[in-house]
Amino acid sequence: MAFEPRIVGFLCNWCSYTGADLAGTSRIKYPPNVRVIRTMCSARIRPSFVLKALAEGADGVLICGCHPGDCHYSEGNYKTLRRQVLLKRLVAGYGIEPERVRLEWVSASEGQRFAEVVADMTERIRRLGPSRVEMLPSTRRAG
Amino acid sequence: MNGDKLKIALYWGAACGGCDVAVLDTDEFVLELAAEADILFWPIAVDGKYEDIRALPDGALDATLFSGAVRNAENEDVAHLLREKSQVLIALGSCSAFGGIPGLANAVTREEILERVYLDNPSIELGNRTVPRTRVPVNGTELELPAFYPRVWRLSDVVDVDYLVPGCPPAPERVQEVLAALVSGTLPPRGAVVGAAEKALCEECRRRKADKRVARFVRPWEIVPDPESCLLEQGLPCAGPATRGGCGARCPDINQACRGCYGPPPGVQDQGATLVGAWASVIEAKTVEEAETAFAGLPDVLGIAHRFTLPASLLQRSCR
Ligand code: SF4
Ligand code: SF4
Ligand code: FES
Repeated sequence: MAFEPRIVGFLCNWCSYTGADLAGTSRIKYPPNVRVIRTMCSARIRPSFVLKALAEGADGVLICGCHPGDCHYSEGNYKTLRRQVLLKRLVAGYGIEPERVRLEWVSASEGQRFAEVVADMTERIRRLGPSRVEMLPSTRRAG
Repeated sequence: MNGDKLKIALYWGAACGGCDVAVLDTDEFVLELAAEADILFWPIAVDGKYEDIRALPDGALDATLFSGAVRNAENEDVAHLLREKSQVLIALGSCSAFGGIPGLANAVTREEILERVYLDNPSIELGNRTVPRTRVPVNGTELELPAFYPRVWRLSDVVDVDYLVPGCPPAPERVQEVLAALVSGTLPPRGAVVGAAEKALCEECRRRKADKRVARFVRPWEIVPDPESCLLEQGLPCAGPATRGGCGARCPDINQACRGCYGPPPGVQDQGATLVGAWASVIEAKTVEEAETAFAGLPDVLGIAHRFTLPASLLQRSCR
């Protein structure tokens, strides 16, 4: 069976989720590989959410927030941006390609852009192949 | 506990011996302990063989304090043995509780470790390709070495553990409290973290926090830190915001940033992930480039943020 990337998308409510919604209502076609989770602000997306998604089998994680200067809570997306730099290094330390964790700014009017971001990320992850994170056993095990 | 003298054991898996020293560092108390309890097994201080433990009926030991991580088959076998023989099993120290410093080996593969230690190392005799094997024939007999696992595990990954005592090593005063509670039968219900606080280290740190931002992170040797103010606000990657208190803030007290040895505080699952958030909150960057510059002094994020907790982290190990 051909590899279909599983991408978890965390979208802020005020810009990016609305942008994704616009992509839908405008009937723009884009790959169905992103499972969207809506948060109030991109700053709500804790690094642990991203790691948990990766630990549970996501091939990629897409974080979308308002453009710099446009965050509904004024500074939230700058916090997201600062964390993202360290988060990528942390992820790289685990031997995971940092491209699997992507941050993009998508405004409420950028339905087209959201579709392009998803298409581009799906394609890049398809080329990287499935995540090598072993699904971690819930039961104990050695070896 | 019953009227008889308490029977206890202490053991070390993949450990440095520092936790045993922390027990000895309780000074006279260790003699009181020896008066109150029979220490049947303690490789660093008391004679005793695995055979002696195997010969005991199950549950014969009132308690075992197990320090060190599970790195090889011997560590795991002894963990199972001591679990069977002990009413109460206590993970003593951060290696046992979270993987600890040996757990940093989860950032690389077993093959890389063997390659580096036995094959590609300047101190190895030229042409020598000796790598440990689990079975080696010698003079008609066979010698056995425990298998070296592909990764490091916490004690609780291989057996049920009743209590965790964090710290690298745990502060001797805390060790004494835990041992005294064990002797007097006043340990809290099973499953608790004992010998530690319920809040983050920043709560007990005496330094002044001014909610200040830093231009960039620094390496410890780059600055002489001001002794009064928060070390994180001076650009040092202090682990205090995502580390359980209880040690008495021993490192900040001597002008060193906390390295995170008490592991995550209650409510924090992944210490490194939380530290990434805490560290990112003190810089002012507004672009990726500015953030890269500000974090140039923080090269090995995984190793610093998960110095003691890599096997206990959400991802547990490198997938290279
Ligand atoms: S970050 Fe470190 S130095 Fe600052 S208050 Fe917390 S423990 Fe103390
Ligand atoms: S300050 Fe941090 S590193 Fe130092 S002993 Fe306490 S918890 Fe451990
Ligand atoms: S509300 Fe969109 S990034 Fe903060």
